[in-house]
Amino acid sequence: MNSELAVKERKASSWDKDMPSRWKRPSLVTWILSIVFISFMISGLHNANVSVDRLFGGMINMGNFVGNAFPPDTSRIDFIFRSIILTFEMALVGTFFGVLLSLPIALLASSNTTPHPAIKHATRSIVSMMRTIPDLIWALIFVISVGLGPLAGILTIIVDTIGFCARFFSERIEEIDKGPAQALESTGASRFGIISGSIIPIGFPSFVGTSLFAVEKAIRSAVILGLVGAGGIGVELSTAMSLRRFDEALMIIILILVVVLVVEQISSQIRKKVI
Amino acid sequence: MKAVEIDTISKVYPDGTKALNNVSFSVEKGEAVVLLGHNGSGKSTLFRSITSFEQPTSGEIRIDGITITGLKKRKLRPIRKKIGMVFQHFNLINNLSVFQNVLFGALGQTKFTFQTYSPFASKELRMKAMECLSRVGLTHLAKRRADQLSGGQQQRVAIARMLMQDPEIVLADEPIASLDPKAGREVMDLLWEIVRERGLTVVCILHQMDIAKEYGNRIVALKSGNVVLDSTIHALNDKFIKELYEKEVNEEGDEESIKVDVKKVGVL
Repeated sequence: MNSELAVKERKASSWDKDMPSRWKRPSLVTWILSIVFISFMISGLHNANVSVDRLFGGMINMGNFVGNAFPPDTSRIDFIFRSIILTFEMALVGTFFGVLLSLPIALLASSNTTPHPAIKHATRSIVSMMRTIPDLIWALIFVISVGLGPLAGILTIIVDTIGFCARFFSERIEEIDKGPAQALESTGASRFGIISGSIIPIGFPSFVGTSLFAVEKAIRSAVILGLVGAGGIGVELSTAMSLRRFDEALMIIILILVVVLVVEQISSQIRKKVI
Repeated sequence: MKAVEIDTISKVYPDGTKALNNVSFSVEKGEAVVLLGHNGSGKSTLFRSITSFEQPTSGEIRIDGITITGLKKRKLRPIRKKIGMVFQHFNLINNLSVFQNVLFGALGQTKFTFQTYSPFASKELRMKAMECLSRVGLTHLAKRRADQLSGGQQQRVAIARMLMQDPEIVLADEPIASLDPKAGREVMDLLWEIVRERGLTVVCILHQMDIAKEYGNRIVALKSGNVVLDSTIHALNDKFIKELYEKEVNEEGDEESIKVDVKKVGVL
């Protein structure tokens, strides 16, 4: 670099050309994207058939629902409660096996632990497929293969958990400092020894945190899965709604809310302890 | 008998960087060699080649007469068992106990991995881990998590883990570079004591000339991938060391002063 350059600065009058203007003309891509976005917005609103009438009518119906739902019907509370516990168990069992399977899958999918890059790519695409297909669709697939009931729900949650956990486990595994693993490798440890002695203990707190998120996620999804017949409280909710027994529906919703909140509280307490 | 033989090793990285250029030297059994060099001198690459974490582009490395370059991982394991390592950043498993970390030193010896897990380890192995800890004076911290210890203590745990391995050769990569001077000296003293009493072969990377002079009975100095000095400490002319050392400092110093000049002018 030449130091003389800096000293010979030009006069302020000649700065116009170099000073950035206040506004910049948007690029062609920006134009196209804006037009596409705006046309989808307009078409979307049009197709939804939004009208003052419908919104107003909707409010009345909503008031109707709330009026009929109060007070919540407690007559079948023990049955509903049992059904919610079943839903919770579905979520727990599904997450447990999902997490159990996620660990080896994540090890295969991480660049620093995979036996071969091809295996890494293969497992990664399988995991992302599990994640991108929504859980309700998995539930439909499992209902037609294993029949109605909790088993289909559990299988759905296993797949959903793998899609979620294997990805985050693998991200954590790839972040792990390779020093400790090398230290174990230098003792003459086997591949399994290295992974179980360094990678897994180092990643463990993060794995637990992710798994707890997976439980919370699984409970929310287990509630919905009943709607397509994959077991759990969703069936009861959907039945109560279609029979217009809104007071019972409200009872179910309240209990779901309680269970979800309790689980979230417990899991966040555990997370604080572990991490 | 030669413990480590480095035979015309060269390393060129894919981006064309030449890290090592026909480096050759050998280490006798029971000898303590200090490998000296600044950042970018190629000493880390050389070290990583000796430990087979990296393959040299050409040349051969022999441990106890066995060629390790190009060896498959499974065949490397029995050789790695003989080589204990100490790292700059200790490389302990932070969220495990000190005791468990030391037990993992035996990973290369047990038939199954679980036999080194503290709950399942044999009584002898658990006793041996405590003996190793007692050699570095840390038995009272066996139950602590590794990351609760000070840097000096962590490095001593790492030495205990290395002892657990019953190594014949010790490789130490800047073992005191991330410690304060006092803790660093304690660790060096301890390491050298242990190495002497067991008659181990040592290759120790350092970048401080004063410490190198105190501990090594032989110094090998690397500069931009070449061996520029290989001599026993007694035969070394103090003035020569000083020149070699100061010359490098000056070169770096010059670079510094150029940057400062540029800043003064105001271009940057």
